[in-house]
Amino acid sequence: MKTTLNALEDGTRAVIAEMPRGECAQRLEALGLYPGKTIRKISGMPFKGPVTVLLDQRQIAIGHGISSRLIVEVEETEPPQEVRT
Amino acid sequence: MSSCNGRCSECSGCLSRFSSLPAGGEDRPKRILLTGNPNVGKSAFFSRLTGVHAISSNYPGTTVGFMEGTLRAGKTCYRLVDVPGAYTLEPTNEAEEIARKMIEEGGDKVIIVLDATALERNLVLALQVLERGIPSIVALNMVDEARHRGVLVDPAALQKELGVPVVPTVAVTGQGIRELVAKLDEAAVSPLAGIPREERWQRIGEIVGRVQKVVHRHHTWRDRLEDASVHRFWGTLIGIAVLALSYGMVRQIGEGLIRLALDPFFERVVRPFLMKVSDLLGPGSLLHTLLIGTLFDGRIDFELSFGMISTGLYVEFVMVLPYIVAFYAVLSFLEDSGYLPRLAVLFDALLHRLGIHGYAVIPTLLGLGCNVPGILATRVLESRRERFIAATLISVAIPCAALQAMVVGVLGNLGLRYVLLVYGSLFLSWLLLGRILHKMLPGFSPELIVEIPPYRMPSAKAFAMKLWFRIRGFLLEATPLVLGGILFANLLTTTGIIGLLSRLVAPLFNVVLGLPASAAGAILLGILRKDVAVGMLVPLGLSASQLVVATVTLAMTFPCIATFVVLWKELGAADTLKSLGIMLITAFAAGGILNAAFSFFS
Repeated sequence: MKTTLNALEDGTRAVIAEMPRGECAQRLEALGLYPGKTIRKISGMPFKGPVTVLLDQRQIAIGHGISSRLIVEVEETEPPQEVRT
Repeated sequence: MSSCNGRCSECSGCLSRFSSLPAGGEDRPKRILLTGNPNVGKSAFFSRLTGVHAISSNYPGTTVGFMEGTLRAGKTCYRLVDVPGAYTLEPTNEAEEIARKMIEEGGDKVIIVLDATALERNLVLALQVLERGIPSIVALNMVDEARHRGVLVDPAALQKELGVPVVPTVAVTGQGIRELVAKLDEAAVSPLAGIPREERWQRIGEIVGRVQKVVHRHHTWRDRLEDASVHRFWGTLIGIAVLALSYGMVRQIGEGLIRLALDPFFERVVRPFLMKVSDLLGPGSLLHTLLIGTLFDGRIDFELSFGMISTGLYVEFVMVLPYIVAFYAVLSFLEDSGYLPRLAVLFDALLHRLGIHGYAVIPTLLGLGCNVPGILATRVLESRRERFIAATLISVAIPCAALQAMVVGVLGNLGLRYVLLVYGSLFLSWLLLGRILHKMLPGFSPELIVEIPPYRMPSAKAFAMKLWFRIRGFLLEATPLVLGGILFANLLTTTGIIGLLSRLVAPLFNVVLGLPASAAGAILLGILRKDVAVGMLVPLGLSASQLVVATVTLAMTFPCIATFVVLWKELGAADTLKSLGIMLITAFAAGGILNAAFSFFS
C-alpha cells in the first residue's frame, strides 16, 4: 500500500517509493533517504510540524510539506488485500 | 602526545619561518584538510591534533566557518584546516558551499572523518572527496558508540575497499589519534574514481555490505528517550520541562553566584579599596568623576556612581558575569547532550510560520547568550531569505545575556511584572516581525530536513573547557567595551556633547516614547554595549513604566557594535542597512505602543 510519509502511522516501517520533486530531494538524498530505503516513522508533530523517521538507527526530522509529498510503500505485515478478495 | 600546541617552541618557530616563505616553496607547511559529515567529531579531532581549542557540540553545524592550526607529525609540520561539515560536495547550504570551495582549492592531504554509526551516509562525501585524487587517510570515528549500538565495522576491510589507510578512532577520548598521526605519511590516492551519480548508492551499499555487520540489540532506555523526545505528546512535555528547568537553573546559578560570592566580595574587598582611591583622588576632581563617579552621602553607590572602576567593574563582574557563567553552563550542557536538534523539531511548526524553519532555534538560543555567535550560526540555514529573517529577528528581539542580566537586575527590584512586560514585548515583537517579514519578503523558505544525533552524556572535561573558553571570550571582549563605554559616556556628558545630541532627538523621545531627553543618551550609547546602556538609565530616576519603555526600545534599536560588525559580514551592506531600518522602525513602534498603553491604563 502506498501512502505519504505524513499519513503513515507512528511506529510503522515503510520503503521510500517516490521522492518529492524539487531541491529538497537532493537534501534528503544527502542524508541517505532515497528510493528503496527502509525507514520507520517515529512520530509527527501537531500543527503541521515535522515528521521524525528512523533511518539506519539515526533519527531524521523532515518538514511537514516535504513529508506530505514523500511517497512510501508500507511493508505488508498481514496478507495483502488483493489475495483475500 | 604527537601533536603540538602553541607552547611548542619548535613548532611555532617553524611556523614563523614558513610564513615568511613564498607560497609553493619547498618548505611551505603542508596543508591537511580535515573533512567529514556534520557532527562526526571533526572539531574534537582538530582540538586533539593541534592543541587549539575548537568548540565542539553534539549537533550538526557547530562549526560554520573554518579553523586552522598546526599539527606536528614526527619532523613534519602541517597546517591543519577544519573544514565545515558537509553531507555532500553538491552544496545544499552555506557551510557546504564553503566546504566544497576548500576541497576544490585542495590540500596536500585529506583526513576524512567517518562516523562509524552511520557509515552508509558518511561514505557519500568520502567517495566525493576520494575522487578528487588528493592523498587521503580515513579516521573511522566513534567506533565505541557503534559497537555499543551493535554496528561492527571492519577497518581492514574498509581499507581494502577504499584503497586508503583506515584508522579506528574515538576522538573525544583520544583513542587512535596517535596511530592516525603516525600513518599520515601513508595517505594514498584512492583508486576509486568516476562513479556515476546514479550508481553511487548502489556502490556504497556494496561496500557497506562487505565491511559492516549489524547485530541485533534490544531497545535501551536511551532509544526510548530518543523516540519520546520527538513524540507529539511526550516530546512537547519533555521540551517544556527542559526549557523550564534550564531557565530555573540559569536564574539559580546566576543569583547564587551574586549573593554568595560576587556581591560579598565587592562589598568587603573592592569597596574599601575604591574608597581609598576616592580619598586619594579627591571627590570632584576630573579623574575622580571618570574613575569613581559621583558619591552619595560620601559613599560609592555601585549602581549609580557611574565611574569606570566603580559602576563599570560592578556591572560587568557582579551584575552580568554571573549570568553569563550560568547561561553558558546550561547551554553547553544542552549542546553536548544532543537535545538542541530535538528542540528544532518541537519549534518547527511555529518557526515555519515566521519564514525560518525549526533549526533556527539553535542560532536563536545562542543569541540569548550573545547575538554575535547567534548571527554567525544562522549559516546553518539553507537560504539567504531565511538567514536574513533569522539574523534580523535575533538582532531585534533576542536580548543577549548581558542585557537580560541588567533588565532583571534593574527592573527585578521594582517588581516581577515589569521584567515580564519587557520579555513579553520582545517575544510579541519577535512573533509579529517574523510573520510580517515572512509575508513581505519575496521567495520562499525551504523546509526542515535535519539529522538528529543520538543523546550523549557530556564529558566533564570537554564541558569545563568549553565553558572556560566562552567565559574567557566574554571577559576579553566585554571588559574593554564596558569600561571604555563608561569612560566614553562620562566624557560625552562632561563635554556636553551628549546633551546636544539628546536635545536633537528630544521631541521624538518625549512624544513617541514619553521619555526625557536624557534617556536618549543611554539608548545612543547602547551602540557600544547594551548592559552599560541599561546602567546609564538607572541614575536618571525614571518611573518603572518609563524604564520598561526605555529598555524595550534599547533592546530593539541598534545592535551593539560587535553585532553590527557580524551582521555586515554575514548579510552585506545592502541587507544590513535594510535590517537596521527594520530595527529602528520596530523599536520605536514597540516603544511607542508600550508608552501609549501605559498612559491609557494609568
